[in-house]
Amino acid sequence: MKNKYAKITLDGLIFNNPTFMLVLGTCPTLGLISSASSALGMGLTVVVILTLSNMLISALRKVIPNEVRIPSYIVIIATLVTLARMILNKLVPDLYDSLGGFLALIVVNCIILGRAEAFANKHNVLESAVDGLANGFGFTFALTVMGIICEFLGKGSLFGVQIMSFKISALATPAGAFIIYGLSIAVFTYIIDTFMRSRRIRGNKVARENLLDSKTVDAQPVKEA
Amino acid sequence: MATFIAIVLAAVLTNNFITVKTYGICPFLGVSKKTSSAVGMGVAVTLVMVLATAVTYPIYEYVMVPLGFDFLEIIVFIFIIASLVQMIEKIIQKLSPSLYKAMGIYLPLITTNCAVLGVCEMVIGDMSNIIGDATMNMGWAVLYALFAGLGFTLVMIIMSGMREKLNCVKVSKSLAGFPISMITASFICMAFTVFTYI
Repeated sequence: MKNKYAKITLDGLIFNNPTFMLVLGTCPTLGLISSASSALGMGLTVVVILTLSNMLISALRKVIPNEVRIPSYIVIIATLVTLARMILNKLVPDLYDSLGGFLALIVVNCIILGRAEAFANKHNVLESAVDGLANGFGFTFALTVMGIICEFLGKGSLFGVQIMSFKISALATPAGAFIIYGLSIAVFTYIIDTFMRSRRIRGNKVARENLLDSKTVDAQPVKEA
Repeated sequence: MATFIAIVLAAVLTNNFITVKTYGICPFLGVSKKTSSAVGMGVAVTLVMVLATAVTYPIYEYVMVPLGFDFLEIIVFIFIIASLVQMIEKIIQKLSPSLYKAMGIYLPLITTNCAVLGVCEMVIGDMSNIIGDATMNMGWAVLYALFAGLGFTLVMIIMSGMREKLNCVKVSKSLAGFPISMITASFICMAFTVFTYI
């Protein structure tokens, strides 16, 4: 039982990381990683919205007719985004300004609709909440790491605090964001591949099967749900 | 006339949706393997952007703002875009089956494209950095959407050309696929950055 949640968590955070492994939700990623704090803010906003939307959709999965499920999901997500927009505008206006148009564009973020379609409409509320948190934090982790690299090299600062005067300004533009994102994907996939291979060489068959199994957790229907 | 030129230059070059604003990256990376499909996607996106702006702008300006419903913009816009895309798909299917064959597969993908919702959100927001003192109206909004779509198509075509050439090169295993296309895209972005200094 505990193992199942561990699988979902590892899946969202690492093996099916929405940003590095599936390359979903690229627009906010590329647009916001030039500043680490707005990347982190975007990530946390997505965590909240994704968890809530996963829970709501999972709770309503037996009520929503199959034919109109996509519009229903979009309405749920759009409502949550509208709420998030109002709350952020009131409580953290700085973050609201730095996110700009990307806050409204969370509606069309593939990660949220993707998780609803691939996971939440087949699993119970608790599992969907865990999945939402895992994927959200996977996204946040990726964005923050790239944000730190991009901001440090591009602006010489970290989370807005100036650290060094040397900077490569080109890395703080979309061009730099593309390069950093591309190289990050390459490094991340390389590390995962090496990790999986080392498991295989050591002959630890059980662990490898567990890993491979967790990669396809979405494809397997859960019987008790 | 000055406003017209400003909008055209801003939409196509200085504020290009892909290279400067990074909207609509999913089709940019996903459908740019061949020039023919890149053109199809670009035209489809442009069409939907223009129509979506032409519908959402008056609804926002003349219905939602006077009635005080402007906080519902995201929900209303995404619904209009989704139904519009569905409608266009059906109309094209009926009128021209050959066009439907060429464009039809791209249309459903466009509903969840940042560029379409992005342009609808942009034209109702603050545009003073682009159009200056001129007041925003429906004509400028649709014009902006049209040229933003054409700018999108332009970058798609450039990218697909580069990727077709890239097929002839041997790329190391961990860089193959998305990483190398992103690095390619970054060079296009660098080229477009030059225009922001105009």
